[in-house]
Amino acid sequence: MRSERSLAPYLLFMPTLIYLAVFLVYPLLKALFMVITPEEGTGYTLANIYAVLSDSTFWEALKNTILLAAVIIPLQVFLALMLALFVNTKFRGYMTIVYLITIPLALSDVSAALMSYNIFSPSGYINKILLNLNLIKHPIYFFGFNATTSEFWVIVITEVWRATPLVFIILLAGLQMIGREYFEAADVFGFTKFQKFIYITLPLLKPSLQSALLLRTLFAFQIFGVVWLLAGRDIPILAGETFYQQTELQQYHIAAVYGFVIALISILISWVYLTFLKSAKEV
Amino acid sequence: MVKVTLQEVTKRFGKTTAVNRISVEIEKGEFIVLLGPSGCGKTTLLRCISGLEKVTEGRILFNEGDVTNLPPKDRNISMVFQNYAVWPHLKVKDNIGFPLKIKKKPTQEIETKVKWASEMLGITELLDRYPHQLSGGQRQRVAVARAIVMEPEVLLMDEPLSNLDALLRVKMRSEIKKLQESLKVTTIYVTHDQVEAMTMGDRIAVLKDGKLQQIGGSNEIYHKPTNLFVAGFIGSPQMNFINVEVKEEENILIVATSGLEIPLPPAIPIKKSEYILGIRPEDIHIKELPNSTRVTGEIYFVEALRSDTVLHVNTDFGKLVVKIPGDFDAKEGENISLYIDNSKIHLFEKESELSIL
Repeated sequence: MRSERSLAPYLLFMPTLIYLAVFLVYPLLKALFMVITPEEGTGYTLANIYAVLSDSTFWEALKNTILLAAVIIPLQVFLALMLALFVNTKFRGYMTIVYLITIPLALSDVSAALMSYNIFSPSGYINKILLNLNLIKHPIYFFGFNATTSEFWVIVITEVWRATPLVFIILLAGLQMIGREYFEAADVFGFTKFQKFIYITLPLLKPSLQSALLLRTLFAFQIFGVVWLLAGRDIPILAGETFYQQTELQQYHIAAVYGFVIALISILISWVYLTFLKSAKEV
Repeated sequence: MVKVTLQEVTKRFGKTTAVNRISVEIEKGEFIVLLGPSGCGKTTLLRCISGLEKVTEGRILFNEGDVTNLPPKDRNISMVFQNYAVWPHLKVKDNIGFPLKIKKKPTQEIETKVKWASEMLGITELLDRYPHQLSGGQRQRVAVARAIVMEPEVLLMDEPLSNLDALLRVKMRSEIKKLQESLKVTTIYVTHDQVEAMTMGDRIAVLKDGKLQQIGGSNEIYHKPTNLFVAGFIGSPQMNFINVEVKEEENILIVATSGLEIPLPPAIPIKKSEYILGIRPEDIHIKELPNSTRVTGEIYFVEALRSDTVLHVNTDFGKLVVKIPGDFDAKEGENISLYIDNSKIHLFEKESELSIL
């Protein structure tokens, strides 16, 4: 009886453990194995790692991935926070707005990218409108090898539109968890609206903000579909290069190095955030 | 210290009237209790006084100043909430000191006042803890300390003790009352607990359905309830109510029902014939006393509380609840003679439910 009871918890999380082992631990180990073995032949080698690290495309991909994350995430969090605060005033019909804001959640990154392309392509909405209004003579090219800056910003806009709702939902849920009495106490004790936001809302929203940031940062380093469809390799990114090495060049072991780098960055980010979260909980 | 005047204060939520034309004058430094069952509008009235709710009609004055349309922060009030509303992300000392910090008081002054308030409430050892490290009672003390640190002109308390266990509630009752007496701050205290109301309030305002039923000291509320509701709401066990007729026999008015006839004192204004007789359980005795009326019945249930004994007795005119001091050896099913103290009876008009005696 006793041993059964002590086994029970392990049995209960067995499915999770098996899932993690099959879909996470095994692929990671396999990738690690591929990283340190040569494409052809036997034995162990650091040649793959060296090849990737000495390739300027890798550093550009790393830079672009970080740059995209650094631009997109703050924008998303800021927008989502504003939207959540606005919706949380619970004006008449606010649920309709919630549905409208969250529609992009249902879209895959590929469909989001295609919609974006339909707007910004040479024959897209924006160019059509501007041409019809005679504001421009020739269509503006947002995409192409010579237009990486505008490509970058179209990607930013698309990603912000696509993934802000996730942050919004997490923050809205977080806001609604904060008891009304904390704000009423603040009202009674003379807080201004701004002071309530700074001293009550933000600190009490911190756990939700951190969860949203963690999720978004992880996803940001896996960004692929939107960039791949809108810019191809004009703007190399880590996940894109992984795909490219794997399917186009069939350099499986090089692709494994890229994949492994993404995994390492993800683990690192999680670790940083979780340490941060833990200390916040103790507060 | 201010005098708080409510003039015909009304609060409606859509079609529901939560507070209905309530007028009260609360004296400087008075401890007044708003008492009533849940949904009677007592908390809404308190929130109107705090400014957290806007009144629909009527005026609220602090001394001579009209505060009806002022936001809470401009009223110089403070409040203790039912679930404490102690900010979870701030240490105890910051919770207490924050209202002062918001008012940009010098750090030195904040420290002194936090120290003073925490000493008043006996929580000096807890200052560096976070709320989740405190028990309910300790959080309660923090909430009270935070409320008094601003030295408000009016202190509002919304069922501050209702989340505490019974023993702690009794202890806090006297502590809050003593604290208020030493601070001499005008205090408005909401509760549904009649014992809290009776023991703490200088005066008690009894509310029902958003209307003020009666306001007065505990003595007045208990012994001279103005209507059937107040009579039934105050007192435990509840006052006995018996449907009676009033008739005249040999120039004396008597109340009567089957098996019961009690003479009324002279000069009672009697118009109709249907009345409700009220008699408190402790005004029915088991020993004969002068000017009393004997009734007989069968003991149906005995509550032996040892400090007193509560008998439920079936009589010809319905069930009577009787409270006898101390132990009383009674068996269920026994017949018993009871003596109603004629001088202690209450009489209510059946239709209006108003007291006439």
